[in-house]
Amino acid sequence: MPSSVMSTPKQGDGHASPVAVSAVGLRKSYGEKTVLDGIDLRIPAGSVFALLGPNGAGKTTAVKILSTLIGADGGQAWVAGHDLAGDPQAVRAAIGVTGQFSAVDGLITGEENMLLMADLHHLSRREGRQVAAELLERFDLTEAAKKPASTYSGGMKRRLDIAMTLVGDPRIIFLDEPTTGLDPRSRHTMWGIIRELVTGGVTVFLTTQYLEEADELADRIAVLNDGRIAAEGSADELKRLIPGGHVRLRFTDPSAYRSAATALREATRDDEALALQIPSDGSQRELRAILDWLDSTGVEADELTVHTPDLDDVFFALTGGTDQPKEAVR
Amino acid sequence: MSTPLAPARPSRLSPAVRDSNTMLRRNLLHARRYPSMTLNLLLTPVMLLLLFVYIFGDVMSAGIGGGGADRSEYIAYLVPGLLLMTIGSTTIGTAVSVSMDMTEGIIARFRTMAIHRGSVLIGHVIGSVVQSVMSVVLVGAVGVAIGFRSTDATALEWVAAFGLLVLFTLALTWIAVGMGLISPNAEAASNNALPLIFLPLISSAFVPVDAMPGWFQPIAEYQPFTPAIETLRGLLLGTEIGHNGWLAVAWCLGLAVLGYFWSKAVFDRDPK
Repeated sequence: MPSSVMSTPKQGDGHASPVAVSAVGLRKSYGEKTVLDGIDLRIPAGSVFALLGPNGAGKTTAVKILSTLIGADGGQAWVAGHDLAGDPQAVRAAIGVTGQFSAVDGLITGEENMLLMADLHHLSRREGRQVAAELLERFDLTEAAKKPASTYSGGMKRRLDIAMTLVGDPRIIFLDEPTTGLDPRSRHTMWGIIRELVTGGVTVFLTTQYLEEADELADRIAVLNDGRIAAEGSADELKRLIPGGHVRLRFTDPSAYRSAATALREATRDDEALALQIPSDGSQRELRAILDWLDSTGVEADELTVHTPDLDDVFFALTGGTDQPKEAVR
Repeated sequence: MSTPLAPARPSRLSPAVRDSNTMLRRNLLHARRYPSMTLNLLLTPVMLLLLFVYIFGDVMSAGIGGGGADRSEYIAYLVPGLLLMTIGSTTIGTAVSVSMDMTEGIIARFRTMAIHRGSVLIGHVIGSVVQSVMSVVLVGAVGVAIGFRSTDATALEWVAAFGLLVLFTLALTWIAVGMGLISPNAEAASNNALPLIFLPLISSAFVPVDAMPGWFQPIAEYQPFTPAIETLRGLLLGTEIGHNGWLAVAWCLGLAVLGYFWSKAVFDRDPK
């Protein structure tokens, strides 16, 4: 690894804002294909961080590197205060990982999976049984505990997967697309689980291709596109990055529409829908100014709606405005 | 978390032993739940034993010991070879189950846990050795049932015979684990492991090496199975062991060491 990118890791040992995960210039390529092209991360402990990106953006590769599954080609990273390359075993002791593809042993029962994890965390037999029973209960799997995990539904497998991840009480949890392939109900259950984890002080690093999910869960979001971080910030900060907020006035009477259009020359016209769009950031102050202006010009719209840019607008603006899935790379 | 978990209590056993033991129990649990593959692989040597004794027996025994040997003598000749063939056959199961296991997400989970790195493979190896030895005992029992008797083996020779079988199993198992690791799926694994069942067919298991074409005899004589078979025969039936004893041990140690380092190197590579 190049020593030029050395920087002092901010360790999670009781400072005001301890850092759970940080990375500088992380890169990875497979042959000719560059998957990660130098990404920097800084994730405060106890927060939820979402890595958002289309298929093939490099999300899974980032998780694999940070969870010690594969090595990086360049750059440095610290997880829970430990150098990823120098002391992977210490990193492993602090993290829990739930990958994109089910990491449960399908040939044995849910309970046996849990006890396997307890054994690998060197819990005593009694502790292991207790922890397994508690987690199975908490994830609503007690009834299915004696059935082979291969017979579980997608949602149940994910819940078992996360329950297994929690056996060692990890402080940092990586969740790679935790809700991909789940039905809406299971997805909401999963969101509840993730929120609950954070209230316990756990740092969550999740990847998702759903903007709604990042918006719902994450304190900070990084948009990953083509192996680079295109933007990073809170959901609100990202939304402010791009224009697109407006007030929309809709009319039912064509003559009222025409006189309003003449009066409001700045507005964008939509003659077919009899609607006008006035640029606005959606703040109360600007809204009041617009209303005052409409009153003074005698314009009376039949419907007024305020549009703020959502993460979809941000996402498409940052990732090249296409939702065509790219070639899936690991 | 609402219920903080108690920290792990230090154990008297080293983490390597503990984790390997956990992995071993996982593999034995798999084998117990899904015994069909082990049983299928067991069928091959048993069928061959019955086939060669009862169907080809008269012709085959005529060629042993200058002709005139009866069926019981051919059984005695055949059983040691088939015991070793049983090992070759069950280790194909090892290759297949290792390759299948490596495609499972749980292996990725193991790799991101602070466990002893080698425990996954050690668990597979010990589990497979246990299964192979059980298979050998079963095939041996069939052999005894159809008339195999050790002529003059002392207690020490029995122990040596058992030790040889275990050592041979260990060697082939490490090789099979490596074959499983480099195979992308179960089909590839069973193809790659084919030599393990093919080699005994060209050994002295069914016919003496002397009865083979001259150009082929060195191959048959020095491949791993023949020395092991001849040593086992010597121990159980009192035939001449000669240089086959140390040759068999050398093969076993060599293959075990090779298989171990090969498997470890493949497993330590970044997964795809």
